[in-house]
Amino acid sequence: MTEVDPGTWTTVADAVAAVCMLLGAYFTLAAGVGLVRFPSLLARMHTVTKPQVLGLVLLLAALALRVRSWSAVAMLVLVVVFQLATSPVAAHMVGRAGFRTGKVDDAELELNELRETPAGLRLDEPGIDEPGVDEPGVDEPGSAETRRT
Amino acid sequence: MLAAVIASAVLVAAAAMLALVRVERGPSMLDRAVALDALTMTLVGAIAVEAIWSRRTETIPILVALSMVGFVSSVTLSRFAAREPTGESQGREPEDVAAQARTSDVSRAETRRAGHDDDLAPTDDEGTEGEVRG
Repeated sequence: MTEVDPGTWTTVADAVAAVCMLLGAYFTLAAGVGLVRFPSLLARMHTVTKPQVLGLVLLLAALALRVRSWSAVAMLVLVVVFQLATSPVAAHMVGRAGFRTGKVDDAELELNELRETPAGLRLDEPGIDEPGVDEPGVDEPGSAETRRT
Repeated sequence: MLAAVIASAVLVAAAAMLALVRVERGPSMLDRAVALDALTMTLVGAIAVEAIWSRRTETIPILVALSMVGFVSSVTLSRFAAREPTGESQGREPEDVAAQARTSDVSRAETRRAGHDDDLAPTDDEGTEGEVRG
């Protein structure tokens, strides 16, 4: 790489930034379309967790290519790290709450690892709760204490 | 560059509108929480597009802050998600609300009417104390 005009690299970086920006906006739109069109809670959660994050990462990469300053790039890396760290947490919490409040259809799942201990049946499992807790008079759907893990 | 920025802005704005549609339509509070999460991330993308166009770096701390706190809403909402009545997406009918208020005061068996059994059964058991813990 010898004797290249600095303006060339600026142009190349801007072009790559434009491509990344268009791709990121496209993925963001795809996530929005999936959010409206998908039929169930878990499918909508999928669109928000995966294509949305990918589109956001592409948009931030485009911004990093466009501003070309190391302090800005450091903050953008921080944004990406936060997104990658927090979106699985949010998806996990939403999915668990959806499962426990009966918003997940069993027939929709390929593999239901929580079938053995569904939220409402904890009282029937003597090994999970303390033996003294499950009195026969308690309602079957369970008060909040029986569902605590 | 201008054409790419305009196209990206249109796409991101359309994504935000679709997320708003899901916020309005979502059958449960968890759907709305997910859609609000998507709306926050779309807002981050919109600010990024604006910064790409103007080459400003002053708005990047906004992106950091939004990405830090954006997931708190959905986590909080799912933390306190309760069992909701099935089959209704918007607000409840006034008579349903009144019936539910009465069942919380008086004993359930008396005020439960035949037509509203299916609507009210989940809320009777899980109404305010049925939050998901842990």
